[in-house]
Amino acid sequence: MKEVLIGIPIQWYIYLSVTLFCIGIFGVLFRRNAIIMFMCIELMLNAVNLLMVAFSRYLGDTGGQVFVFFVMVVAAAEVAVGLAILMMIYRNTKSTDIDTLNRLKW
Amino acid sequence: MPLSQYLFFFLSFVAVLSALLVILDKNPVHSVLYLIITFFSIAGHFLLLNANFLFIVQIIVYTGAIMVLFLYVIMMLNLNKEIEPHKKNIPKVAAAISAGIFLMSLIALLKGADVNLLPAARNSNIGLLENLGNVLFKEYMLPFEISSLLFLGAMVGAVFLSKKEIN
Repeated sequence: MKEVLIGIPIQWYIYLSVTLFCIGIFGVLFRRNAIIMFMCIELMLNAVNLLMVAFSRYLGDTGGQVFVFFVMVVAAAEVAVGLAILMMIYRNTKSTDIDTLNRLKW
Repeated sequence: MPLSQYLFFFLSFVAVLSALLVILDKNPVHSVLYLIITFFSIAGHFLLLNANFLFIVQIIVYTGAIMVLFLYVIMMLNLNKEIEPHKKNIPKVAAAISAGIFLMSLIALLKGADVNLLPAARNSNIGLLENLGNVLFKEYMLPFEISSLLFLGAMVGAVFLSKKEIN
């Protein structure tokens, strides 16, 4: 377990995280379903978590992994409140399509 | 090529492919299941990085709690069929182009970066529960307590928002 990371440069983790983050951005822009957009936000948070764990492992610093823990805490709270808001929206408009919420549009 | 590189490529391939399928699948239930696969492969990356505690937390919190919450909401709203009406193609093409440009510019930016780190060999067991718990309860005590307040606020907010209004 100690020598398992030999041969993986940190650049590979950076590129993987960037790719996952951009897939998340693409999903938020591409889909109009509010639930799928929430899931893409979770995907972006996970890409950042992966990069923080990789850097903490490569630099030998524990702080990065503690921050990943706090990001997970905030993500759980955000999902609880966000899905409650989504339920309210569905109750009022009978759909989760965000294009129906255009009253702030000029 | 060492075994760890094969593991890295396999886990990355699974993560990226299922992340794309989350977006491209029309059925929200299938999207949730693909996202669970993505989170499992990211958990595999955590194990590869020797972060055992975060591996367990990722599986319990993300795939166990958050995704079940998503599935529960989809079930309650009865969204398991395709309800998205056919939209115009211009916003979708614009979304693809802008996300692609963002990816390209980030990669071009990172190509010039000079990061040549080797895994820190002296303390490779920083991700174990004992070390992480020591740091969490000594240096990060105040943020830990504040996060409990955040959870309390989120719980009150969720209950308050989902309560039926009585007129």
